[in-house]
Amino acid sequence: MNWVIDFFTNPDNWSGPDGIPTRLLEHLEFSGISLLLAMLIALPLGLWIGHTGKGALFAILSANAARALPTLGLLVLIVLLMGVGTIVPVLIPLVALAVPPILVNTYEGIRNVDPDLRDAAYGMGLRGGQVLGRVLVPTALPLIMLGLRVAAIQVVSTATVAAYVGLGGLGRFIVDGLATKDFPSTIGGAVLVALLALIVQLGFGLVQRFLVSPGVSQRLTIR
Amino acid sequence: MITFNGVTKRYADGTVAVDNLSLEVPTGEITVFVGPSGCGKTTSLRMINRMIDATGGQILLDGVDVKTIDPPTLRRGIGYVIQQAGLFPHRKIVDNVATVPYLLGWDKKKARARAMELLERVGLDLKMADRYPFQLSGGQQQRVGVARALAADPPVLLMDEPFSAVDPIVRASLQEELLRLQSELNKTIVFVTHDIDEAVKLGDRVAVLRVGGKLAQLADPATLLTRPADDFVREFLGRDRGIRRLSFVSGDGLRLRTDLTVPASAEVSSLRGTTEPWLVVVDEDNCPLGWIASKDLPESGTPADVELAPYGTFVKGRDSLRAALDATLLSPSGSAIAVDESGRVVGVAVREALDEELALVAGGVGGVDG
Repeated sequence: MNWVIDFFTNPDNWSGPDGIPTRLLEHLEFSGISLLLAMLIALPLGLWIGHTGKGALFAILSANAARALPTLGLLVLIVLLMGVGTIVPVLIPLVALAVPPILVNTYEGIRNVDPDLRDAAYGMGLRGGQVLGRVLVPTALPLIMLGLRVAAIQVVSTATVAAYVGLGGLGRFIVDGLATKDFPSTIGGAVLVALLALIVQLGFGLVQRFLVSPGVSQRLTIR
Repeated sequence: MITFNGVTKRYADGTVAVDNLSLEVPTGEITVFVGPSGCGKTTSLRMINRMIDATGGQILLDGVDVKTIDPPTLRRGIGYVIQQAGLFPHRKIVDNVATVPYLLGWDKKKARARAMELLERVGLDLKMADRYPFQLSGGQQQRVGVARALAADPPVLLMDEPFSAVDPIVRASLQEELLRLQSELNKTIVFVTHDIDEAVKLGDRVAVLRVGGKLAQLADPATLLTRPADDFVREFLGRDRGIRRLSFVSGDGLRLRTDLTVPASAEVSSLRGTTEPWLVVVDEDNCPLGWIASKDLPESGTPADVELAPYGTFVKGRDSLRAALDATLLSPSGSAIAVDESGRVVGVAVREALDEELALVAGGVGGVDG
């Protein structure tokens, strides 16, 4: 325990290019960009497949295939192919990691909306896009948000692999610590990653509370 | 008016859901499509607002082929009520009701004001307006469904088994409510049900469909009960057609006697020597208390001292002959007490009067429908 306290109280760890703030920012950069890219790919695709029912099998199969990819192996492969000049090599495996939960949850969320509700929406005279945007998405939002949250937590905790190929991020404390037998650094890094994942979890919980209608979450009591 | 002109729906696998259906749904009336499952009644309804497109024939809405109208535009002009209400769970009740006005571009204030007006109209407490659908009972949700369908004041209302999912007591009250609303609004309503009693209760006209989507009979309920077109319709109508038909005959034709009432405070001695076997005992407001048999009159006192026999009443000017007949069966006197809306006795229909009226009704079956 003292090691961890030493790690966090050592002023050297809080400044410079190896300091916690720099590493944290790098980590957030990898994670944030990866998550954003994954959302840009998986959300529209999931909404479209869920709404039209087209390509569902393709989506599920490719999502499962992507899940089976070993992130570290993929990263090493990409680095071998592309070199390490940019952060792109680390983004690709992280995006591949984040797409499946977002895609599958979005698709399932939309598809599982009560067919009567869909029927009523069309029957009222809503157009296809309005049915999706005004009825299906708000109703499926809890599941869509769940997919985003799972993806975000996975990305944040897995972004540590960037350190294996010489890139930054909180993984550096873990990898470098292991290499130099500096265990306080390893444990400190691990604690930082765990804390970050926890904060992401809480953050998504708050956003969800704000975005999801109480009529859907049934947060109110039945009067 | 909605006109079905040889309408057919054939699915890709060859199944025919609706087969060459031709009928007219008159403006301002309730037309009920009824039949067993697989008879194409819901398909027929959904072809009107193009939730399903017909594969043959035409459906005309006031002379315009619905196929020439863009479906969302068409649907915004037609009220639509479905079985499970299908309310939007993420929206408050008031916004659910205002769905179509919002789509039509009304401003929010006007749309909400209209929604509140309709909630009141369908008999919902205005406190419900700010709740979400999951906070309402099934019957309340269905009322909201009706209010939502009426929000933009469409001339036509399509109702697809709207009351099937609620319990019988709530269903009866929703049916009454619909008839009351219709008497105020005079919409052209197409109502789908599998329940023949509901069809007969609500319909100005009833279209009975048979499996395979063929029209078996289209008639007003009384005619349907009296003269089913064939064995299928007869069987579908079920038992007691004769008795049920009496629901459509007014009880006003009954000859009433006004000389059979006695006040509860009258001295029994004054009733001695009456030749009537039974008398109605009334209170000071002229409301019935029960029957008294003249042979059981005590030596002295008033009718109030005697245990009175049970009675049945029907409301003159409102109830049917069926209600009057029912009332006679509730009393050992075999007579029905006619009362006004406030429950005061206006006369007594004795068995002979009922016999005469029933004979007239039965006679009418042979001639022009009555």
